Amino acid sequence: MKNQDTIPRQIWVFFCSVKLTVYILVLLAVTSIIGTVVLQNGSPQQYIDLYGKGMYNLIKVFHIDDMYHAWWFLFLLLLLCINLVVCSVERLSLIWKTIFPKQVRFHPDRFLKSTTKQTVTVEHNPDQIADSCETWLSRQAGPVIRQKDQNTTLLYAEKGRWTRLGVFVVHASVLLLLAGALVGAMFGFKASVRIDEGGQIRQVFAAKTREPISLDFAIKCNEFEVKFYNTGAPEEFRSNLTIIENGQESLTTDIRVNHPLRYKGINIFQSSYGTATPDAAVLSIVDNQTGDEITRTLQVGETITLPDDQGSFLLQGFLPHFDFRGHNLEETFFGKVSLAGEPEIQIGLPVKFPTFDKMRKGRFTFVIKDFEKRYYTGLQVTKDPGVWYVYAGFIMMILGCWITFFMSHQSYLVALQPMDEGGTCIHLAGRTNRSSQDMKRRLARMKTHLENQLKKV
Amino acid sequence: MNSSFALSSATFIYGLATVFYIGSFAFKQKKLATIGFLVLVTGMVFNTAGIGFRWIESYQMGFGRAPFTNMYESLVFFSWTMAVLYIFVELKYKEQGFGVLVSPLIFLSIAYASFDPGISSTINPLIPALKSNWLIAHVVTCFLGYAGFALAFGCSLMYLIKPGQASKDSIFSRLPDGEVIDELTYQMVVFGFLFLTIGIITGAVWANSAWGKYWSWDPKETWSLITWFVYAIFMHLRMMRGWHGKNLALVSIVGFMAVMFTYFGVNFLLSGLHSYG
Ligand code: HEM
Repeated sequence: MKNQDTIPRQIWVFFCSVKLTVYILVLLAVTSIIGTVVLQNGSPQQYIDLYGKGMYNLIKVFHIDDMYHAWWFLFLLLLLCINLVVCSVERLSLIWKTIFPKQVRFHPDRFLKSTTKQTVTVEHNPDQIADSCETWLSRQAGPVIRQKDQNTTLLYAEKGRWTRLGVFVVHASVLLLLAGALVGAMFGFKASVRIDEGGQIRQVFAAKTREPISLDFAIKCNEFEVKFYNTGAPEEFRSNLTIIENGQESLTTDIRVNHPLRYKGINIFQSSYGTATPDAAVLSIVDNQTGDEITRTLQVGETITLPDDQGSFLLQGFLPHFDFRGHNLEETFFGKVSLAGEPEIQIGLPVKFPTFDKMRKGRFTFVIKDFEKRYYTGLQVTKDPGVWYVYAGFIMMILGCWITFFMSHQSYLVALQPMDEGGTCIHLAGRTNRSSQDMKRRLARMKTHLENQLKKV
Repeated sequence: MNSSFALSSATFIYGLATVFYIGSFAFKQKKLATIGFLVLVTGMVFNTAGIGFRWIESYQMGFGRAPFTNMYESLVFFSWTMAVLYIFVELKYKEQGFGVLVSPLIFLSIAYASFDPGISSTINPLIPALKSNWLIAHVVTCFLGYAGFALAFGCSLMYLIKPGQASKDSIFSRLPDGEVIDELTYQMVVFGFLFLTIGIITGAVWANSAWGKYWSWDPKETWSLITWFVYAIFMHLRMMRGWHGKNLALVSIVGFMAVMFTYFGVNFLLSGLHSYG
């Protein structure tokens, strides 16, 4: 290489370095730790409470609140890809001829000088055993090349030349994975939605931004069911859903955790559940002066006139969990009481605690007698067109690792050398691009095998 | 016989195997290591039986499930994977020397499961998120990976404690030579790496079928990726930069620290989806 490399060449050389790979991998490993220690995707207030104002500014500048998507982290990944591509191109052009040679050549000396060479002597002369050795070798390693070097017969065979490509498969899989992730990030979404039993939706809400996303079909929740073990731990969440497309019901099915529905590229997962706001409740009103009690079904949002025209009561709404002075009173209705000559007050009516409103000691006591309990199902709705690239990458990575680690390019030479006193000295040698220890063990095994074969000649 | 009897026996027998291996090392008696090996195999048989019984017992309790779903079970299984891998390696490579470093790990894992009061051994039914066939594939492959790294860690420690020139009568002369250790460390890392890779992948596929996201940067996921990076670095240093010996042994030790943090640290110090181990 000349000293005055052009700038593109210098850039190429910079990226064509495994040292760089190692540095990038170290940086990725070390910086990834940050996101496991510092809260991710929290609100500004959470950061200020946890780490203080000054640290919060630092966190903002380096996007540490969402560090796996921060520009500098993505930049590291980009560098890794460039590095990988440049190295692979450079290396592949170097070893292409080794992997696909026009003609296989071998250097007997390199084999015969190796320290792992095994030697067997037999009483036959070379011509008597050459054929059986050749058959044996071809069965061990594939087609045999036979040559004569002075009076030594050389038999050469090899297998697994293609396994040298394994590393490229691994590296390509890394690129494919990242490409798949990019496609998913650009063209996919992750969103969630709640559907009351009996209700249906056409829009879901993006996980991060809460922006609505319209679907091409409606999802209706017919029923939600939760089952518990005797221990009280949940056993199964199940939603029965119907997909309605162009006004037609096109599919009805159950989904459970781990058993999502996949419909036209959209995946629908069971993720949570809760009590839906009911439409109505059965309310009883006791007049504490007269002891009279009336019971009526009231729609949420409906106003009722109190006995004796004393005022009115509005059933305002419902909360599945009502927090009262630190206690969770669970399902609770809310109402507004307006009595003549008194300021309006808002009251809570927990279903589980019917005497709750009595403690207020008003003229009237309100009690929820009954309501029709309905669940809502919480669904995760995602679309990820990149997932197939990612899965292909997964398969390639496993295959590539297998090839790289457990297969190798092995070549063997059997040299049949006539001995002065008659008989043949057989040298068995092998070379590999991977572990020489393995080759040593393999040659020892092959030697025993060869000896047994030759006994039959 | 039931699972808790089998597993207590396995704990005790592994402890005994450790004593034999340490004895063999301290008194330079090959015979003790051979006895240690046989004891270890016995322990592994009890360990296998214990896991099998636990599986059967869960069916008898009416909610059959694979016995790999909480900290207790994973520790018991970790001992099992390490024991099986070690037995395989000792048979294949005919090297007994590093049993002295590995048998304590096998013993410690199962003993910790039994003796830490914070770890419950009751068999509970599975929550919905864990009911998946991917669970078995994911846990088994991850722990095979961890076992490979644990053995690599044992080899690396041996490399570091062994003086360069161990004299014939020093106790270190019973340890295998540097070159063999180096090769074995590499083989164990390769084994661990392949299975960790498959473990991460099965986890991702599972997450995608349970939550619709194959990767969500959950602390456990991130730490397993960090571990994967460390061992990828190990491999590139060895294959492309020609690192061997002490320096590489240090990288393998750092890798095992990452494994331990992924396994315990994340559960105890950080929060996330994998609160069950
Ligand atoms: C995380 C992403 C990875 C990056 C960025 C990366 C990068 C590189 C680079 C730049 C080289 C040198 C280029 C060459 O000569 O071909 C290399 C070599 C190598 N890498 Fe990776 N690598 C990654 C993952 C892996 C994995 C997971 C394996 C495990 C199978 C692996 C195994 C190898 C091997 C065996 C070599 C030596 C190639 C040879 O012997 O010819 N790499 N890697």
